[in-house]
Amino acid sequence: MSQPVIEVNRVSKSFGGVVANHEISLEVPQGKITGLIGPNGSGKTTLFNSIVGYHPIDAGSIKFKGLEISELNVQKIARLGLVRTFQQTRIYGKLDCMQNMMISIPHRTAAWIDMFAKPSPKTQARAEQLLDFVGLYAKRRLLAGSLSFGQQKLLEFAMALMNEPEVLMLDEPTAGINPTLINGLIDRLRRANTEFGITMFIIEHNMRVIMNMADSIYCLAHGELLAHGSPEQIQNDQRVIDAYLGAH
Amino acid sequence: MSKSVKAGLLYACILILGIGAPLLFPDYTFQLALLWIMILFALTWDIAGGQMGYNSLGNILFFGAGMYICALTQVGLYYDIGAYTAASGAIKVDYTPQQYFTGLILGIALAAVGCVVLAAIFGRIVFGLRGPYFAIGTLGVALASAELIGTWGYVGAGGGISLPVYPGDPDARAMLFYGLCALAATGTFLFLRWLYGTSFGLALNAIRDDEEKAEAMGIHTTRYKTVAWAISGFFLGIVGAVFGNMTGFIEPLEVAFPTTTFGIFMVLMVLLGGKGTLWGPVIGAVLFHIVKEVTWTYLLGWQWITLGALIIVNVIFFQQGIVGWMREKWPERFGLVVDRRATISSQEES
Repeated sequence: MSQPVIEVNRVSKSFGGVVANHEISLEVPQGKITGLIGPNGSGKTTLFNSIVGYHPIDAGSIKFKGLEISELNVQKIARLGLVRTFQQTRIYGKLDCMQNMMISIPHRTAAWIDMFAKPSPKTQARAEQLLDFVGLYAKRRLLAGSLSFGQQKLLEFAMALMNEPEVLMLDEPTAGINPTLINGLIDRLRRANTEFGITMFIIEHNMRVIMNMADSIYCLAHGELLAHGSPEQIQNDQRVIDAYLGAH
Repeated sequence: MSKSVKAGLLYACILILGIGAPLLFPDYTFQLALLWIMILFALTWDIAGGQMGYNSLGNILFFGAGMYICALTQVGLYYDIGAYTAASGAIKVDYTPQQYFTGLILGIALAAVGCVVLAAIFGRIVFGLRGPYFAIGTLGVALASAELIGTWGYVGAGGGISLPVYPGDPDARAMLFYGLCALAATGTFLFLRWLYGTSFGLALNAIRDDEEKAEAMGIHTTRYKTVAWAISGFFLGIVGAVFGNMTGFIEPLEVAFPTTTFGIFMVLMVLLGGKGTLWGPVIGAVLFHIVKEVTWTYLLGWQWITLGALIIVNVIFFQQGIVGWMREKWPERFGLVVDRRATISSQEES
């Protein structure tokens, strides 16, 4: 098994009296696609938020490439190359698609003077290529806010790729997207993984999608880790079927 | 006619108007200078308020701070400040032209730099706040500054400071300060026109549209916010320094930190012209200043009511402002179009 790029070790997080995550441990291996499933309210998004530094965790440790990141803020973690997308898609609505892409360049090495640079032709070309990759090239001069929900989702995905992340954490990438588009999206996610070498960690409710794509899957229930294994193992795990998948 | 030729003609017209107006209407030089100041007010407020979505009610802080930094430099270069302010103008002050201009130039420069420093310091505090809390926080900073200066005897407290008298002819004085105001506003406009074309402009807009997303993408949001405010401070500091000398006498409440007049006008002019656009603040400022001057002259007693009515109509029916409304009406003129050529790859194949 390849080297884990994200290591979550006994992480707990409560909101008031509600225990959202209880001593969760998992690993995301380098270069693979890892899935995270579980019923609504099982703590998937909370775990995502904990990893990217959106809120402090109560206990445990989170490492990215061996570096402890549980004390770092959102921006610093993003600049390390760990980028997430949102369940409620978030784009810059009053900028056009190209502008959305051009401000999504990696800010890892950004010096003060870089604030005042004009986007280079290379950046523009890359933005156009990636918009083409997700099928939004023709709409690149439209305000992002005027796109449909599905298109905004694709734009957000393209923006994340523009950021050249090492790990991409996607929170329900196919939610709200029509079935024909989903196939295209699966294909693009796979290509991002194989062609760009991006490690992926994906929350997904669509079982067809996640069982197809993931190399391994973690299942959460009631804030605790229920099961871990290959898609076949998860599909046949009686605990997962009881808690989440339901009998067929 | 190409687009750049049209733009060139427009700028030439404005330049000619700018130079010609005080020569044609010498009686209105002060009002015209004030118009340039209003344009600068609107442009600098829009950096954070419009482009970045942070509605500051305290930008007047930099106007007053610049004014005081400049005045104290001008006085302190040649006199003891404490003795000068204690005498409330009873000291016989005589500046040679060389002394006067040295003080003025140095004072303006220090005002600009000083306000950048102030923005960096206060930015650390207020940019932890969002939405209405930011507005109230910045308002608090401005009001506190006025109160602080008002009780600080060394800088004249509520009694204010009389500035050194211009060593020359009053008409030349009026033209000098008109020129400085015009230069400051034009400089601000050209700087912002360049700035909004860089990544900086995009980052400000990103923060406005979704700051959490901007953070999640690794943008140095605090850095951008602080620098944006410092840019406002820089230009407001300069124009504050010039305005103090133009009026000749400064005091904290009405001249340096007029929160309820200039401080609010900044916001209104931008709302009228169109937030987050380059030309909106300019158009808003011109229209606002004309309405204000006309009502103050011909509708005295009703001037605030007229102004209030304008604000209400603006806020209820025209929230996006004049330029914002134009952009909604003619999006294609602002470049918001669907490209009918399908994709890059299909072009390459064909």
